[in-house]
Amino acid sequence: MSATIARALWSHWRRSPLQLFTLLAGLILATALWSGVQAVNAEARASYDAAAATLGEGQFDQIIPRQGDDITQASYIALRRAGWQVAPVIEGRWNGFRLIGLDPLTAPATLSSVQPEEGFDFADYLRDGPLSVSADTAEKLRDLTERPLRIVADLALDTVVADIGVAQTLLRAEGKLTRLIVAPTQPMGLPTLAVVAPELRLEPAQADADVGRLTDSFHLNLTAFGLLSFAVGIFIVHGAIGLAFEQRRAMIRTLRAMGVPLAVLVILMATELLVFALIGGGIGVLCGYAIAALLLPDVAATLEGLYGAQVAGTLQFRASWWMSGLAICIGGTALASSGALWRLSRVSVIETGRAQTWRTLSGKASVIQAVVALALLAITVVLAGVGQGLIAGFALLGCLLLGAALALPLLLSVVLAGFRSFSKQALPQWFWADTRQQLPGLSLALMALLLAMAANVGVSTMVSSFRLTFVGFLDQRLFSELYVRADDADQSAALQRFLTPRSRAVLPIVEERRQIAGLPSELYGAKIGPSYSDNWDFLAAAETPWQDAARGQAVLVNEQLARRAGLWVGDQITLSDQLSLPIAGVFGDYGNPIGQVVISQSLFNTLVPDAVPLNFGVRSDDARALRQALIDDFGLRDSQIVDQDTIKALSLSIFERTFTVTGALNILTLAVAGFAILMSLLTLAAMRVPQLAPVWALGLTRRKLGQLELIRALVLAALTALFALPLGLALAWVLLAIVNVEAFGWRLPMYLFPADYLKLGLFATVAAILAASWPALKLSRLPPADLLKVFSNER
Amino acid sequence: MLKLTDVTKSYAGADGPIEVLRGVSFEVNTGDTLALTGESGSGKSTLLHLIGGLDQAEGGQISFDGRDITHLGDAERAALRRSEIGVIFQQFNLIPSLDVGANIAFQARLARRYDAQAARALATKLGLEGQLSKYPEQLSGGQQQRVAIARTLAARPKLVLADEPTGNLDEDTAAQVLAEMLALVAATGAALITVTHSPQVAAQMGQTLRLSHGQLA
Repeated sequence: MSATIARALWSHWRRSPLQLFTLLAGLILATALWSGVQAVNAEARASYDAAAATLGEGQFDQIIPRQGDDITQASYIALRRAGWQVAPVIEGRWNGFRLIGLDPLTAPATLSSVQPEEGFDFADYLRDGPLSVSADTAEKLRDLTERPLRIVADLALDTVVADIGVAQTLLRAEGKLTRLIVAPTQPMGLPTLAVVAPELRLEPAQADADVGRLTDSFHLNLTAFGLLSFAVGIFIVHGAIGLAFEQRRAMIRTLRAMGVPLAVLVILMATELLVFALIGGGIGVLCGYAIAALLLPDVAATLEGLYGAQVAGTLQFRASWWMSGLAICIGGTALASSGALWRLSRVSVIETGRAQTWRTLSGKASVIQAVVALALLAITVVLAGVGQGLIAGFALLGCLLLGAALALPLLLSVVLAGFRSFSKQALPQWFWADTRQQLPGLSLALMALLLAMAANVGVSTMVSSFRLTFVGFLDQRLFSELYVRADDADQSAALQRFLTPRSRAVLPIVEERRQIAGLPSELYGAKIGPSYSDNWDFLAAAETPWQDAARGQAVLVNEQLARRAGLWVGDQITLSDQLSLPIAGVFGDYGNPIGQVVISQSLFNTLVPDAVPLNFGVRSDDARALRQALIDDFGLRDSQIVDQDTIKALSLSIFERTFTVTGALNILTLAVAGFAILMSLLTLAAMRVPQLAPVWALGLTRRKLGQLELIRALVLAALTALFALPLGLALAWVLLAIVNVEAFGWRLPMYLFPADYLKLGLFATVAAILAASWPALKLSRLPPADLLKVFSNER
Repeated sequence: MLKLTDVTKSYAGADGPIEVLRGVSFEVNTGDTLALTGESGSGKSTLLHLIGGLDQAEGGQISFDGRDITHLGDAERAALRRSEIGVIFQQFNLIPSLDVGANIAFQARLARRYDAQAARALATKLGLEGQLSKYPEQLSGGQQQRVAIARTLAARPKLVLADEPTGNLDEDTAAQVLAEMLALVAATGAALITVTHSPQVAAQMGQTLRLSHGQLA
């Protein structure tokens, strides 16, 4: 029996291939964008894990030099003799790769790079001096070295790990070390570091600065985009399922009248949808893989630009996102079909076929929809007032978008009813009433369009506001015409002597990383003067911030630190055990993930007496000549000098690539919405004939009817675009004022870009007209015999 | 074969329950043909739904083949419709996505009584032999109703219920279809209950019962 019924149910799809295509396309699109984003996230997270596992970054305390870049072998030996359990590390660039030298006998065993595989022989390792690399890196490295390569699966990309002796040879740094990894457990009663090696200092493990955590917000953003695209795709699926159930209403009644039990019918229809979900989901995951492969290079660039996180540019097929893609596709299908299945299971057999029953239920559904929309918008307002944290920010976004989408059909209905009441002539009256009648069939596609456009307006406003702010910020911060770097303390002193008579100002940049207000931060010493006070703007400041800071009586902090520590202008901040100073100014610091405190150079020297400035900003009226003089007369290498234009261009290019991904996702989401409109109009076209036949019979030509269909699509798209604008601006406000503050620690001013919005509105209406043109053309060429059938069927 | 005893049914209305059937009793035997007539809203279709297990009576008893079917569950009533009782609708209710051949075979397959030769013979008797690969939308109203009759009879039910079977057809076609239906039902030995407004249709039945305000007049 089940096979007979299944065949009958399937026959509907066989006779309605377009509807089947729409359903599968919706599932494929929804799953593809979602699993594409998941694939990118999974790949990035795997890269962070690999990086952390390679060197235990963030896991272990480290010992580093107080000044300069190197630790001598003698200091290391002194520490070992004193009982310190430390492992030496040398690190540098070699052939474009990050080369890390480790001592496999002393390095912590949890590091993936030193974990011996089965059959590993230490004697062979020390004798042959192989380079440990990931498979991807091995491919790149094969022609560059004759040393044996040892593949270690979890190693970070472009990272080479070798025995410390081999690394010192390759880096031409015999006897030098970069840092020492401190084992988590140390013997009791050790002499302090200051006693054994006063030239070194201990850097605690910085769990808060862990790259995985910093990038979480970025991945959450991507996931939100994936979810939005998924929602748009599921709207298409919901529409296709609803339409299919509606069209099969008569069949369902017949089947029930012939003795098919309701439970069997529901189970078979649910099974049918499950099969579609598996097919659509499977194809969707494969498409997602392709999308991820396209997006990953930009995501990798973004993560490196924003956070300095290295992500492999190639994709692996991971079971986790394959499963998550299929699971969300099945879940989404269940969600999209639950209403239709529920209605099917509730309506009694003698009522199933009556359109009125379904309409009554649909009437109830629209009341429920209005109530849910209002409830969601109310929650949005509450969350905007009292919500805290990134999750609350995204919950707010979700409620706002979903509430607005659910409210859209009701708003459109009210507007169209208004248009109808203002119309005096018969044709416009019919047009508005008929357009209103089409809303239930088109509402899901219009909701998808609303969400896609709002996301576009919101994200582009956020990105463009960010861009404007960022360009202004670069102009403020990068005021020096040249930036130079000395190799060591001697060169630093010589450089200052050389530059002072040849420039307007030499501004040493000295920094030290330390925990400030419990957060990983950079302490900067600045030679405060007109260069700073003329160029830097504050987000909030005391009356005389520069004077106070120059006198060493106050500090200036970046916005991230101020917000994360809950401090603001006038609050005290502790710099050391003996020193707390008030905050005189809070400055914007975009693109920097951690806190920053700027103090006067003299105060910095008091706090960090051994610090030697190696970096300098140089003010000059003729930067080109000075650069040449630095190379020709002073002997500085070209790579030690960067001019202002180059550094600005580099920063901007990083910024542009950072948002390439969101741009691509924006376009994909809009394309999905356009597709939703096309499919809705095409599926509705067949159902429109009985509604249009009487109007045709009353004297309207088929051509005119086709034109009216186009105008209808234009009107609905334009109205949706109109509603999308305030929604998109609200979305931008949430992103700028809530999500960014939580994710990055900075709040950006919001700018408006009317020309961009107008362009987007035009784009959406053109897309809607294009989507409507095929169904309209079909209608205008409909044979009169098909229109006449409507009347013959009414006998 | 079919016995109704004091059957009652009411529906919820805006001003309280509306009594649609008020103590209806009658009996139908194998091979009987019965017309149920009455004005609109008299309860004819409701009575047909109760007999066919499409709906449940509130009071009284309906027994079929000596078995009380008044309070059967949904699954048992579905089984009854599947194999014992066939329904022919005014609106034909063919499955639009199946061709004529598959439509005719459909209920017989559900009842596990499909006999390809018998189905083909039935189609031939109803003049549908050239239409088997067509879809319902490609047929005239009369042809569609013939397919509906063939579909019901191919399953060889003991009782055929017809709700205004010719109500959607013109006079000539209606007469033709009715004659064919009566002949075929008689050939299978099934009983037939027809709801109709038409005195001509009622006149061709062995017995006529008139319903008025939910009671047999």
